[in-house]
Amino acid sequence: MSAEIDPITLAVLAGRMEQIADEMDATLFRAAFNPIIAEAHDASHGLYHAGTGDTLVQGKSGLPIFVGVMSFAVKAVIDKAEENGDLADGDIYIFNDAHLGGTHLSDMRLVRPYFHDGQLFCYLASVGHWHDVGGAVPGNYNPAATDAFQEAFVLPPVRLAKAGEVQQDIIDILMRNTRLPQSAQGDLNGQLGALDLGVKRMDELLGEYGADTVRAALDALQDRAEALMRAELTELPDGRWEATDYLDNDGITDEPLPITVALEIAGDTMTLDFTGTAPRCAGPVNIALPTAVATAYVAIKHIFPTLPANAGVMRPIDVQIPEGSLLSAPFPAPVGGYTETILRMIDVIFAAASQAAPERVVANAYGTINALSISGKRDNGQPWVMFSFYGGGHGGSIESDGLNHGNAPISTATIPPMEILEAAYPVMFRQWALRPDSAGAGMHRGGLGATYEIEVLEGNGAKAFLFGERGRHAPKGAAGGGEAALNVFSYEQADGWHHPPMASKMVGISLKQGQSVRLDTPGGGGYGDPATRAPAAVARDVAGGLISPGKATETYGPAWETAQ
Amino acid sequence: MTGKMIGVDVGGTFTDIFVLDESTGIAQVAKVPTTRPDQSGGFLSGIGSRVDDLSEVSVVVHGTTAGTNALLERKGARIGVITTQGLRDVLEMRRRDRPRTWGLRGDFKPVVDRALRLEVPERTLADGTIRTPVDLGAVRIAARMLIDEGCLACAILFANSYANSENERQAVEAVREIWPNAHVSCSSEILPEIREFERFSTTALNAYLQPEVSGYLARLETALKEGGFEGEFMIVQSNGGVMDVDTAASFPIRTALSGPAAGVIAAGYIAEAAGFPDVITGDMGGTSFDVSLIAQGQSMLSPQTSIDFGMVVRSPMIEITTIGAGGGSIAWVDKGGLLNIGPESAGSTPGPVAYGQGNTRPTVTDANVVLGRIDPENPIGGKLDRLDVESAKAAILEQVGKPLGLDALKAAEAILRVANSRMAGALRLVSIERGFDPKRFAFMPFGGGGALHAGAMLADVGLARAIVPRYPGVTSAMGCVIADMRQDFVQTINTMLAGIDTNALTAHMQAHVDSGLATLEAAQTTFEARETAFTLDMAYLGQTHTVSVPLAVTVTDGKVIPPTEEEIREAFDAAYRAAYGRLLKNGTRRVINLRSAVTGKRPRFDLGTLAPEGGSLEKALKGTRQVHFDEAWFETKIYSRLALPVGAEVPGPAILEQPDTTVLIEPDLVGRIDTYGNTIIERAAS
Repeated sequence: MSAEIDPITLAVLAGRMEQIADEMDATLFRAAFNPIIAEAHDASHGLYHAGTGDTLVQGKSGLPIFVGVMSFAVKAVIDKAEENGDLADGDIYIFNDAHLGGTHLSDMRLVRPYFHDGQLFCYLASVGHWHDVGGAVPGNYNPAATDAFQEAFVLPPVRLAKAGEVQQDIIDILMRNTRLPQSAQGDLNGQLGALDLGVKRMDELLGEYGADTVRAALDALQDRAEALMRAELTELPDGRWEATDYLDNDGITDEPLPITVALEIAGDTMTLDFTGTAPRCAGPVNIALPTAVATAYVAIKHIFPTLPANAGVMRPIDVQIPEGSLLSAPFPAPVGGYTETILRMIDVIFAAASQAAPERVVANAYGTINALSISGKRDNGQPWVMFSFYGGGHGGSIESDGLNHGNAPISTATIPPMEILEAAYPVMFRQWALRPDSAGAGMHRGGLGATYEIEVLEGNGAKAFLFGERGRHAPKGAAGGGEAALNVFSYEQADGWHHPPMASKMVGISLKQGQSVRLDTPGGGGYGDPATRAPAAVARDVAGGLISPGKATETYGPAWETAQ
Repeated sequence: MTGKMIGVDVGGTFTDIFVLDESTGIAQVAKVPTTRPDQSGGFLSGIGSRVDDLSEVSVVVHGTTAGTNALLERKGARIGVITTQGLRDVLEMRRRDRPRTWGLRGDFKPVVDRALRLEVPERTLADGTIRTPVDLGAVRIAARMLIDEGCLACAILFANSYANSENERQAVEAVREIWPNAHVSCSSEILPEIREFERFSTTALNAYLQPEVSGYLARLETALKEGGFEGEFMIVQSNGGVMDVDTAASFPIRTALSGPAAGVIAAGYIAEAAGFPDVITGDMGGTSFDVSLIAQGQSMLSPQTSIDFGMVVRSPMIEITTIGAGGGSIAWVDKGGLLNIGPESAGSTPGPVAYGQGNTRPTVTDANVVLGRIDPENPIGGKLDRLDVESAKAAILEQVGKPLGLDALKAAEAILRVANSRMAGALRLVSIERGFDPKRFAFMPFGGGGALHAGAMLADVGLARAIVPRYPGVTSAMGCVIADMRQDFVQTINTMLAGIDTNALTAHMQAHVDSGLATLEAAQTTFEARETAFTLDMAYLGQTHTVSVPLAVTVTDGKVIPPTEEEIREAFDAAYRAAYGRLLKNGTRRVINLRSAVTGKRPRFDLGTLAPEGGSLEKALKGTRQVHFDEAWFETKIYSRLALPVGAEVPGPAILEQPDTTVLIEPDLVGRIDTYGNTIIERAAS
C-alpha cells in the first residue's frame, strides 16, 4: 500500500521522471555508433519496479515495442540476481537472450539496480539494437535459421559490472563475437553512459523529494494508468470479435501460418485470446512469450494513443497466448524475424477492434519491415554490409487517407538518406519512389508503398538477403475499405528478373556488378466504402499518377473523370 | 554614421517598432496591430507613428514571420520541381517518419503536387562521377511544361549534387534561359550538403516562399523609398544575423525563424550588458513557451528544424525549444485523475475563459487572473475592457477543482504549479542537454506572459536571478537593431582525415570567405569588425552523429591560411573528448562537412539610453491589490514599472505593471531596477 500523495506533486513528478527516461534516450542516440540506434532510434530506456520488473516510466522517443517488453528483461535479471544472491549497488547485468527478454538477439539489454540509502529502489535499463551480433548472416536477419544459434551468439544475463567494477572479460567475449567490434564498443559505451546519467538524475530527484514521495508517485501513476484504461474500455461496447490473418511462410516450408485473435470486451476489461494461431514453426517467425504480451500493449496504445507508458495500463487486459503456438516458442527456437510476427499480431488486433469501434481504429499498415542486407568485399578486401529496413503505406482512418511511405507501427525509425547509403556502400538507387496502385481503396484510401531499386556498383559483385512478409497475404482494409497491394521482391540475373520461391524471404542471392534488386512494398489498407470516396480526391490521385486511370475507374467508378 | 535605426518585428498579433536615434541616443518603442494578410500595412503605419521623415533613417531591420506563416498555412506559390529520374517522390516520402508515434493517423501533402514534379535523365554518383550527363533537351521540355502549368518558381533537385554540381548547374542555366523570372534555383546553390531529402526539402520550400516573400519585401522597400528612405533595408535571419534585402529575396527560407531569433539576440545583449552572460530566455505566448540558451554571450545554433510534419528546413537557426505551455494552454484532469496542462490551447482567440470570448475551459492565464496576479480591470494588449474573474474561477473549480477535491484557489495554484514545473523542465532540458548546470544561468522572460512566472523558475530550477528587460514586449524589435550581419555557408567534404587534401578544403573556405566579404562590402552599413569562423562536422568512421569541430584558422587580408591535417586532428580530438569523454582507440577520423560563417559586427548602442530618468518609488506606487500566494491572500503593492527609478528596490510581494507586461515579485523575492532599467529579481536577503 502506498503513501498518499497530493495531486499536484504527482503531476510534477510524472513529468520529472519521464524527463529522466527521455534524457537517457537522448544520451544514447547521440553517442551510439550504429545508425540503427543513432538514426532509427531502435533503443529504449526506463525505470522498472524493484520487485516485479514492471515498467514504471519509459522514455517517449524509444521504440514502441520496448515499452512492454523491457519489464520481462528486468524480471529476468531480478530472477538471475536472486539466484546469484549478491545483488550490489553498481552491478550491471547484460544479455541478449530473446527468450528471456523478448524481441530478438540483436537487442542488447543492460539492466542496473538503482540503490538509494543502501536500499534497492528500482531498476534502470537500456536496450539498443546492435549492428551485428555474430551468427550466420551479417546483420542477423537470417530467414533460413532453424535455431537461435544460427541467428547470433546468445548471451544470458551476466554481470558486466560487479559493484561498479566493469568486467573487461565480458567485453572481450562480446567484441570477439561480432563482425563490427568498433560499432559494438561505441554502442556499449553509449548505453553505459545512459545508465550513469539515469543514476545521477535519480539521485537528484530522490534528494529533492525523498524516496517515499517518489515511490508513492510511482505507485499512484500505475493506479491512474489502470483507471484510465478501464475508463476507455467502459466506453466501448461489450462483445466478442474475431480476426485471422496469415504469415506467408516460415522461410523453411512454404505454408501459410495463421494468427488468430478473439477480442472480448466485458465492462472495463478486455481479453485478447490468440487460440487458433499456428503452432511453433521451424523458421525464425516464432516469437517468445514476452514479445507477444508486449505486442498487445503496442496495439492497445495505438488504439488509445493518450494512455501513459507504464504497466498499469495492462492490468485490465488479459492476454492469452496458447502454449505450443509460434507466439510462445521456447529456447532455442529461432526468433530473428519477430518483427514480422508482431506486425501481424497488431494487424489482427486492429481488425478485431475495428469491428467493435471502427471510428477508433486505422486500417492495416504495410505489415513488413523488409529487412534487406546487401554485402560484399571491396577490391582492397574490406567487407561491407548495407542493412536497412524499408517503408510502406499506412492504413486509412476515419480522419484521412493513410500516410504514404511511413515507418512500421512497432517503430519510430527513420530511413537513412539514399545519399548516405550511396556514399557508404558501392550501390546506386535507380529508383526511390512511391509505388502507384499500391494503396488499399476506400473512402479514405491507404497510403502508398514504395519502390526501391538498388544496383550493385562493385566489380566483385554482392550477396543479398531478404527477410520480408506480406508476399501472399495483403494488408487489410477497415470499415469496408479494400486491401493494399502485395509485397513484391525481384532480383536481376543474367537471364532477367526473378522472384524468390518463398515470395518474401531469400538467402544468398548472388548479384554481379550492374545487377539490381527491387522492393515493391505494400501500401496501407483503405478505410470505409470506396464508393463514398470523393471523386475529386480520385481525380487528384489520377493526375499525380498515384493510381492508374483504369484502376481508378474499376475501383471507384467513372465519376472522377468529370470531377473538378 | 548617424541617423535613426529602426527595428520592426511583425508578430501574429502586434507589430513592434523600436527606434534608436543615434545622434541623441534616444530610443522609442511603439506597438500597432499587425495587418493581415499583407503585413506591410502595419509595418509602415508602425514606423510612421514614431518617425515623420524617413530620410533621417539610416537602417531599417525587419524580423518577419511572413515566411513562417506562408509555410504553416501552406500559402506559398505554385512551384515545380525538375529532378533525377527515379527520385520524383523524395519530397513526399520524407525520411519515412510519421506525424505522431502513437495512433498511426494523419497524412502528408508536400508543397509541390506530384504532377508538377518532373523527372529527367541524369545521374551523379556519390563520389562525384557523372554516370549520366544531364539531358538538357528533357530539362527544357520539363521547364516549359511547368511554365504552362502556371508555376511561379522552379527547384532543380539532383542526386549527389553536393559532391558534383555540374549536372545541376547546366540544368539551372538551361531553365533560366527560358524561365521568365528570378525564382529558379538548384539544390547545390541553396544547400550543398549530403542528405537528399533535407537538401531537396530546403530548396523546394525556398522556392515555395520566393515569389511571396520577395514580393512582400519589394513592396516594403518601394514604400520606404517613396517615403524618402535612402538607407539600408535588412532582414533578420533564423541564425540571428541580418542579411540585405536582395539576399533575403533569393533565400527566403533563411527567414523561417526570423522573429524569435531577433528576440534571443536582444535578450543575450541585454543580459550581457547587465553583467549576466549566461542566460536562458523564455518567451511565453498564447500557446507555447519558447526557451533558448545563451552561454557566455553566445546563442546556440541548431542545424535544422521542422516547421511542420515533413516540412524540414536545414539552415542554421538559433536553437529554440518549444513546449506547449502558454497562457492559453488548457488545464484538464484526465480520466485517470491526473492534472495536465495543454497541449490544447485556447490561443488568443477565443483565449482564456476570462476573456469572455466563448472558451469555457480553464487556462494558465485564468489561474493567474483568479489568484489576482493579473489586473482584471486593465488587461494587457488593450483589446478587452476587463476580464471576467468569476467565470474563470467557476471554470477552474468545475473542471480542475472538483475532480481533484480542491477549492478554486487551490486548483488555480495547482494549475500554476504544474505549468511552472513543465516550463522549469524545459529550462533544465536546454541546459542539461548542452552539458551546462542550469543553476549558473539567469532567466530572462520576454514576450507578454513570462514575467509572471519568473519567481517560479528561480524556485523550481534553482536559478540565482531573473532579468526582466525594460521593454519585454518589444525585445524582438530591439534585437533587429542589435543583430550583426551574418552569413552561413556549408559544403560537404566527405573524406577521411588521413591524407585529406587541405588545398581543396582551403579552396572551399576561401570561396565562402570571398562570397561573405563581398556581401559585407556591398552593404551600405558600417561594420566595427569583420569576423570569420570555420567548423568541420567530423566523426569516426562508422559513427552516424557528428561533432562540431571549431578550427582556429587565420584569415589575413581576406586570404585563408590553410590548416594542416595535424591541426584538424588535434581539434577533433579535443572536441570529441569534450562531447563523449573518451576517444576511440584505432578509430578512423572522418570529415563530413565544412561550415563557414562570415560576420560583420554592427556598431553597438548604449542600453543605458533606455534607463529611466528620475522618478521615485512613491510616485510609481499605483495602489494595492489582494494577490494569492501559496495558501493566503497578501495585500500586494502595485507599481507602475516604467516610473520606477534606477536603483529602486521593491520587496515582494509586489506587482510591476507596464502596458504590455506584468512582472510578479513573490513574497520571498526582491526586485531591483538596474542602471539599464531592467528589473533584476533575486531572493530577498534573509
